[in-house]
Amino acid sequence: MLVIEGLLKRYPDGFEALKGVDVTIEDGELVALIGPSGAGKSTLIRCVNRLVEPTEGTIELNELELTTLNRAGLRRARRRMAMIFQNYALVERLTVMENVLSGRLGSVGFFKSLFRRFPQDDVDNAFALLEKVGLEGLHDRRADALSGGQQQRVGIARALMQDPDILLVDEPTASLDPRTARQVMGLLADLCEEHGLAAIINIHDVPLARDYTDRILGLKAGELVFDGPPEELTDDVLPEIYGGEDWSKEPSEDDEEEEDIRSSGQFLAEEVL
Amino acid sequence: MPVEQREDTVVWRRRDKRQAVIHWFVTLGIAAVVLWCFKLIADDTTWEFVWSAPEQGADLAIRMFLPEWFVDIPQLWRDGELWVHVAEYFRQRGLYAMELWDPLVDTIHIATLGTVLGVMIASPLAFLAARNTTPSTTFVRPIALALLVTSRSVNSLIWALLLVVIIGPGMLAGIIAIALRSVGFCGKLLYEAIEEIDENTRDAVKSTGASGMQVLTFGVIPQIAPAFAGISIYRWDINIREATILGLVGAGGIGMALQSAIDTLAWGQVSVIFLAILATVVLSEWVSAKARAAVT
Repeated sequence: MLVIEGLLKRYPDGFEALKGVDVTIEDGELVALIGPSGAGKSTLIRCVNRLVEPTEGTIELNELELTTLNRAGLRRARRRMAMIFQNYALVERLTVMENVLSGRLGSVGFFKSLFRRFPQDDVDNAFALLEKVGLEGLHDRRADALSGGQQQRVGIARALMQDPDILLVDEPTASLDPRTARQVMGLLADLCEEHGLAAIINIHDVPLARDYTDRILGLKAGELVFDGPPEELTDDVLPEIYGGEDWSKEPSEDDEEEEDIRSSGQFLAEEVL
Repeated sequence: MPVEQREDTVVWRRRDKRQAVIHWFVTLGIAAVVLWCFKLIADDTTWEFVWSAPEQGADLAIRMFLPEWFVDIPQLWRDGELWVHVAEYFRQRGLYAMELWDPLVDTIHIATLGTVLGVMIASPLAFLAARNTTPSTTFVRPIALALLVTSRSVNSLIWALLLVVIIGPGMLAGIIAIALRSVGFCGKLLYEAIEEIDENTRDAVKSTGASGMQVLTFGVIPQIAPAFAGISIYRWDINIREATILGLVGAGGIGMALQSAIDTLAWGQVSVIFLAILATVVLSEWVSAKARAAVT
């Protein structure tokens, strides 16, 4: 269970990216975090694993207070939280296998990792995960030789390699085409269910968020303005999150292939962003 | 206003009238300064030396490349002795070229060992100097940057001059001189490469709970590996050329042979050394081009 209370992030120039956010995420809950660019979505999830240092507030993961941890404590806590990135953030010159195994860096000693002597259990697990994300046989490929969708699957496998309690997912589909985006979101949702993982997913794509998550949080200018199940996120609510007025108008759609995937909400959302 | 209304057409100019006049006078001023500088230089030039330069140059080239019996060629031809002299000319130069093997190999050794040593010192300094990997921007980074600038601001010939005094003449002075100069060059390019890495990848490795050293070996080093190899090879290529002159101050290599040949006015030997240096540099260019193509 992740409990965030009064989370505030103030940058040195005085800008407040988060203005006191309170939210609780239950075990195994799949939560989408939506909101316009600059609303503080990335800051919020980066505060959880402290890639960004929070200014005020508390964050507890399974009763462990994260904001006051020292370096060693933070390293241990980070093993319990895995992150997935928009631009995949793979080590491009290393192989798929090395990237997946890098999820174990928190649990493997320095020299073992330097000479790539990972425990056999980890290697078995890595092969199993590669198969699960649909990349069997590609373990020796260099990461930058893969397509975007494949790279994101490697990113997912790396995250699951950590055997985390919660996934922090930053725009997993923003660099992918609509079809691949659906596949990746589906895969994420399935894997979370299978492993009983909680996840916070930053996402621009409102329809994708509606289809694949249990709960949606709307963030606007550093404040939580919506918290509820996907059914409650109607076209009347969207202007509250994104601003603007007309959310019911059908967009003119000339790309036929994408019609079933892109619905009006997402199209307008992109226009506003 | 660059846009002007003239009758019924809108005319666009790059500059308006005032800007154009200012621009014209500034250009005139710069031209005047350049001409004035020319005059200053010309006043301080001993023109007799300049006018006699072609003559002197031709004289030197003749002494370096042409044999003493050059004027006697028709006579020697008639006597049937020309080929004996030609053979002797090449035999002497060939013999001398054989003597150059050792200093030439020394030169390559100085360049290579100096580069390796330089890169070894430069790598940790680069990590201390790069804004995103330094342990402290206020304390450690300025020191690392100062060391890199110091190394870079002194030419390797000057380093060699100092080191010959400190540790005596020989190859060791040359190797250290090359290394000290390479530290600044490689360190600067390397820390710039480190500052340009993709921070997302580094964050991704960090967020697995990896230790500082693991973040370095997984998140940073793979990203700078091609730059590292490219920089080292490029510097090695430069160092081959620099190592050829270090002998002039007694720091080993082919420069020492050059020094003694010039001191004894053995211009024939000088020409052989020049050709040997040329061949070495061409070879190193070829090797480094191949190696650089292989790492990227």
